[in-house]
Amino acid sequence: MRVTLWGTRGSLASCGPDTVRYGGNTACVEVRADDGSLLILDAGTGLRALGATLGRDAARIDILLSHLHLDHLQGLGFFGPLYERRGEVHLWGPPSPAGSLRARLGRYLSPPLFPVRLRDLGSRVVLHESPPEPHGIGPFRIRSAFVIHPGPTVGYRISEGSRSLAYLPDHEPALGARRFPESFRWTSGAALAVGADLLIHDAQYTADEYPGRVGWGHSTGTDALAFARLSAVDRLVTFHHDPAHDDAWLDTLHRELEAVSPVPIEAGREGRTLGV
Amino acid sequence: MSASGARAGSEPVDADDPATRSGTGQLPVELILLRQAASYLGPAVFLVDASGRLLYFNEQAEPLLGLRFDDVGELEMDAWLRAFLPADDAGRPIAPDEVPLVVALRDDRPVHARLTIVGQDGVRRAIETSCLPLRGQAGTRLGAMAWFWTAP
Repeated sequence: MRVTLWGTRGSLASCGPDTVRYGGNTACVEVRADDGSLLILDAGTGLRALGATLGRDAARIDILLSHLHLDHLQGLGFFGPLYERRGEVHLWGPPSPAGSLRARLGRYLSPPLFPVRLRDLGSRVVLHESPPEPHGIGPFRIRSAFVIHPGPTVGYRISEGSRSLAYLPDHEPALGARRFPESFRWTSGAALAVGADLLIHDAQYTADEYPGRVGWGHSTGTDALAFARLSAVDRLVTFHHDPAHDDAWLDTLHRELEAVSPVPIEAGREGRTLGV
Repeated sequence: MSASGARAGSEPVDADDPATRSGTGQLPVELILLRQAASYLGPAVFLVDASGRLLYFNEQAEPLLGLRFDDVGELEMDAWLRAFLPADDAGRPIAPDEVPLVVALRDDRPVHARLTIVGQDGVRRAIETSCLPLRGQAGTRLGAMAWFWTAP
């Protein structure tokens, strides 16, 4: 698999001179199988630029949404293939007792928030509530599970052959834990991440910032490291960078994390491609 | 409590029983959060999964059950039913399928009841309990939880 990061920022797009290197677009990741098959993880603002690379001939595109917060959805209305009549776009997202995926997505893709309704898009849009059991999309094996984040939110494990990627972009596994991490059994997301070749994980806050943001659904870099260690992953890419953290800040933060990390770690950088 | 502690009546919990320690795999996130919340709450809380397996009870439950959760860990349903000998106020045993938590789990409905249990310290105590079935975000049946107090 090849994994390309098109948006690594959390909460709010933050493009500007101070975020040029790590990027300012919100969550979007391209996953390519060895045969070129495509999966897209989340539809943050990074999705627009990814869509521009896909051309007009993509027969089927699958987008796996971790949840429906706007920083994971805002790029959807600007995704070129959605307007192509020949295309078929499959959107996967977490189920919710509050309504169907169509109804919940429609809140964004409808006036007054957006001028074009879901039903008026040119392509054929197929919606799927992410099932709890593993399933296949082309050469990929997909597993999803609810994780700790406000509102229905899933993480994904994507495998191709023996290689696997765990994607937990918005995740606060330490929430409420008296000790973190305690054990595999009692740690949100652990079953998705265990033994993954690559873990993309939320590391929005510093330890100093976290006490004022408990329950907002995000992790510190230190907790992301602890989660990576518990899950015995091979490599960690931090993700969902806080809009207030500029390039210099992220450089410093990651030098500190790298010094204590039990696994190879790097800060997610827009435009970066990783082999899995 | 010692896992081998002798006491009258109920069957001692064996912390070394493979069934006790066989919990494997990550639990649903809703149960993880409920356990964390329970650890902060004042009332005693007893949490089971969809099979009735005891996953956790909080510190407030320990004096009523006469043992520490850390000493016993997870237990299959038949083991905790044997261990705590639920009975009515008159001391008549309650059939396993009539135990309030079992009813809440099986019938997917809340149950409030008064009963007695025998702790692992051998003391029979009257308790009042509210038992709630648990469903997750996708509507999946996850288990049930009992809140309980010393009955007035």
